[in-house]
Amino acid sequence: MALYLDANATEPLRPEARAAVLAALDLPGNPSSVHAAGRAARRVLEVARDQVAARFGAAPGDVVFTAGGTEANALAIHGLSAGRRVLVGATEHPAVLAAAPGATLLPVRAYGTLDLDALAAALDGPPALLCVMAANNETGVLHPMAQVAALARAHGALLHVDAVQAAGRLPLSLAGLGADSLAISGHKLGGPKGAGALLLRPGLALAPLIAGGGQERGRRGGTEALPAIAGLGAAAQAAEPDAAARLAALRDAIEAACLAMGARVAGQGAPRLPNTTCLILPGAAAETQVIALDLAGMQVSAGAACSSGKVGRSHVLAAMGEVEGGIRVSLPWNAPEDAAELFIQAWSAMRDRLSRRALVGAR
Amino acid sequence: MRILVAMSGGVDSSVVAALLVEQGHEVVGATLQLYDHGAAIQKKGACCAGQDIHDARRVAETLGIPHYVLDRESRFRAAVIDDFAATYARGETPIPCIRCNQTVKFQDLVELARDLGCEALATGHYARRVEGAEGAELHRAADPVRDQSYFLFATTRDQLDFCRFPLGDMPDKAAVRAVAERLGLAVAAKPDSQDICFVPEGSYDRLVAKLRPETAEPGEIVDTEGRVLGQHQGIGRYTVGQGRGLGLGGGAGERLFVSAIEPGRRRIVVAPRAALAQQAAVAGEVNWLIDPPATPRPVQVKLRGREAPRAATVAWDADAGLLHLALAEPNIVAAGQACVVYDGDRVLGGGFLRAAKIDSGEAAA
Repeated sequence: MALYLDANATEPLRPEARAAVLAALDLPGNPSSVHAAGRAARRVLEVARDQVAARFGAAPGDVVFTAGGTEANALAIHGLSAGRRVLVGATEHPAVLAAAPGATLLPVRAYGTLDLDALAAALDGPPALLCVMAANNETGVLHPMAQVAALARAHGALLHVDAVQAAGRLPLSLAGLGADSLAISGHKLGGPKGAGALLLRPGLALAPLIAGGGQERGRRGGTEALPAIAGLGAAAQAAEPDAAARLAALRDAIEAACLAMGARVAGQGAPRLPNTTCLILPGAAAETQVIALDLAGMQVSAGAACSSGKVGRSHVLAAMGEVEGGIRVSLPWNAPEDAAELFIQAWSAMRDRLSRRALVGAR
Repeated sequence: MRILVAMSGGVDSSVVAALLVEQGHEVVGATLQLYDHGAAIQKKGACCAGQDIHDARRVAETLGIPHYVLDRESRFRAAVIDDFAATYARGETPIPCIRCNQTVKFQDLVELARDLGCEALATGHYARRVEGAEGAELHRAADPVRDQSYFLFATTRDQLDFCRFPLGDMPDKAAVRAVAERLGLAVAAKPDSQDICFVPEGSYDRLVAKLRPETAEPGEIVDTEGRVLGQHQGIGRYTVGQGRGLGLGGGAGERLFVSAIEPGRRRIVVAPRAALAQQAAVAGEVNWLIDPPATPRPVQVKLRGREAPRAATVAWDADAGLLHLALAEPNIVAAGQACVVYDGDRVLGGGFLRAAKIDSGEAAA
């Protein structure tokens, strides 16, 4: 039997999102068309825009739909960085790191949170665009966003927040964060893959990556992927950050059991997402653990998976000064109540097998 | 039982996986990512994984088995590619496929298989594992053309015990392809892999020169008397026994071959073919697949991959860890190559050939 524990890779589809996708699939119109069919499609698009805007504290007119979180982050970096230095956290997602190849990397402390002294020093100088993730995809570690935003404001920097992992899991708003822009991804909220959004502070000018036919107020060309966007809107509305306590209890049970059996937790001392834990079993390769757990039906991940499926070394753990590899357990919104129990069972059997061999090898 | 299959994406290991699935085993597929394919073929934007990994995944999907890609780039670089270049720099002839089998494949994958609760590791090698009275034995494959037992000599007895080579009894490659076709594997007609996997374009001297620049420094080509016959563009382009690429002109004299490489003086020593052959050889880094013989024993040996086993007598110097061979007929001994000892079809053990003793008159490099 399989247990899906890789929500940070993609959340299972929420029923509300599924219904919205199916309804949108049957609409023949293009949202840009003048006729009735076009207007019907436009209506669905604007409902989704309202849902996203309402959930994340932006004005509907400042929501730009994209093909996903990667594009939303790339659009922000491309569209806001003219004349500015780009500063990014060392543990940012590859979507951000790759979009800002010339950026200055900001170090993190051992628990994975941004080093605020280093950040302040880096902000000194010409105007900057600062890109910081609200929550880390591998460890779930939350940066101190209030302090980050205050520093950015004090130095006249623009702040772009990659909220792909935090959105839907924590109460979160663009205005509340004091950010200039915010990237979200539909499928990390329980929507379908293929839609994301960049939310902008009112009045902020953004240069498009794709000009095309002037859709999204000229900020993202191309006919909107209506079914995916409708699903994103419905998922954003359905996501309940308040339900986090349930997942946190399951996550805490997993951590307590694994810690008692010799594991460490990356970023344990920092505030973290309620659904995520990054477990380190000293001496055991993350790759081996992910495979062993998969064969036992436990679907978790390690590091950032390349498109070939190989497990690479985690730049996040490396930036935290961690030499071992870790596995990421991320509970989905619909995790069953026995998820912790089942995982602990499988993890403990794996640990016993790995440590048995280690003893044999040492003889 | 649960079996880990090393799947390269080629037809052989694909058939192994398919046969084991057909026999009802719980098969787990693993493909090693050994080098950055895009960088190796020097094509910008090419996937780091290359076609073979995709082929392996496709086959696993067809078979309905779990499949994993294992990142072994840094391990492979250290254990195989760096060793490959270092061997050239020593003036010796590398044999990367054995280094790879010895480390990345059998050592690491056996370990992984045990970690995953597998009871065996199966590969697409053409060799036979025979259950003997004193444990597993390694034998030549049924198909002499495909036999790869030479490349497996360094597998330890413990590893061999854990391994399975389901293709060892196949009469020939056509039979393997027929199985692939019968089972509907997309790779049935895929061409055999050629050459050294991490140098797909075949110009390994450029890679060696990059890793070991000293192997690309010019030097002299001399005869055994020390007379300078010409210049060479780096010892990394030569191996003992080589007759091509010496650039000595077509003259009327006897054709010359590389008889020795002196890395210290960057000299290539050449001689007529007859002068190259030796009566004795010494090998180190020895692996025995039997209890080592206490007294000299008549055997057959292969000093390179592409030759039939020839009669010899082997003596084991346990203290020095060296294997001494007296060859029944003179043969070219290229240091760095594997020397594998057979008794008929059975592999008894082997080692890596050492450079012949240098006469007192010559300066040691």
